[in-house]
Amino acid sequence: MTDARRELELDQTQRIARVPAVPPPRRPAPIPAAEDDATGDLGAEPRRRRPRAPRWRAAMHGAGELLVTVGLVALLFVGYEVYVTDLLNGRQQDQLSQQIHERWADAGPVPTALAPMTVAPAVGQPLAVLHLPRLGADYQRVVLEGTAEEQLADGPGHYVGTALPGQPGNLALAGHRVGKGSPFLELDRLRPGDPIVVETAQGWYVYRVLGDRRTGDVTTDPSGIPGQQIVRPTDVSVISPVPGGPATAAPAGSYLTLTTCHPRYSARQRLIVHAVLDGAGISKADAPDGPPALQER
Amino acid sequence: MYGWIWRHLPGPTASKAALALVLVLAVVALLLFVVFPWVEPRLPFNDVTVDR
Repeated sequence: MTDARRELELDQTQRIARVPAVPPPRRPAPIPAAEDDATGDLGAEPRRRRPRAPRWRAAMHGAGELLVTVGLVALLFVGYEVYVTDLLNGRQQDQLSQQIHERWADAGPVPTALAPMTVAPAVGQPLAVLHLPRLGADYQRVVLEGTAEEQLADGPGHYVGTALPGQPGNLALAGHRVGKGSPFLELDRLRPGDPIVVETAQGWYVYRVLGDRRTGDVTTDPSGIPGQQIVRPTDVSVISPVPGGPATAAPAGSYLTLTTCHPRYSARQRLIVHAVLDGAGISKADAPDGPPALQER
Repeated sequence: MYGWIWRHLPGPTASKAALALVLVLAVVALLLFVVFPWVEPRLPFNDVTVDR
């Protein structure tokens, strides 16, 4: 016991003694230690070389890595804009569609005599459903009230203060061309006479793209209002009550105007599509599955 | 920078690679869900409206 304890104590003292015993040889003899380091350096030369590389080389290396990183982040951002925002928007649109259909169902049975919408919903609330049969039989997007980025990220937005579906004046909608679901990506495919169907709680409003139907030229129209035009971003007359007219003019006819950016991937100009209401609205009591225009291709 | 990170990741090469992958994914997620949504409205190339 005592021997063991002594041994233990000895062990402990030995260990403690060893600890201070290590530095003393180094302290009185710094030169051999330095030599040791030098020899060690020589022994492991390839491993030690890197940290000793000249400073400019390290700086260049760091700058290169930084540039590559910036490039990768930029690429990722493009992928985000073009693909990821589409995925996120798809989910948003599903939710909005559910929300607006629930609201319509809650509003009760639809009257046969269709009354145009008179009150716009609050900004950010769903307003109507937009159908563009030319861009696909299943093309439908929930339109929100307001054209701030928060609304446009979720779907096409209705310019506040412009006409409501079916009303006289100009129902003006803005939508993203690329990303955020790309609702208006192929707006330039619309031809004169193509239907643009706006679905509200009570019914359907069929607008027809303006333009010369005989020649198929979408940029001219007998009425003087082109079916499609490309304008500067500041040209607000395109959403006037009569497109191209003064902003304060009295409404003469029911128009629909779509605005998006142009060319694709740029915001230098705006692509504008004008359409005019074709006949009166159709009540959902008469056409629960939509007007025949929805089947036009 | 990347060399420094690699040298400071613990464990053998396999665990270093796994940790590096986790780090990359974390950075990508941070960019996609936090940084880009914040930066995007501040960039000019997504305007689709006409205004004064």
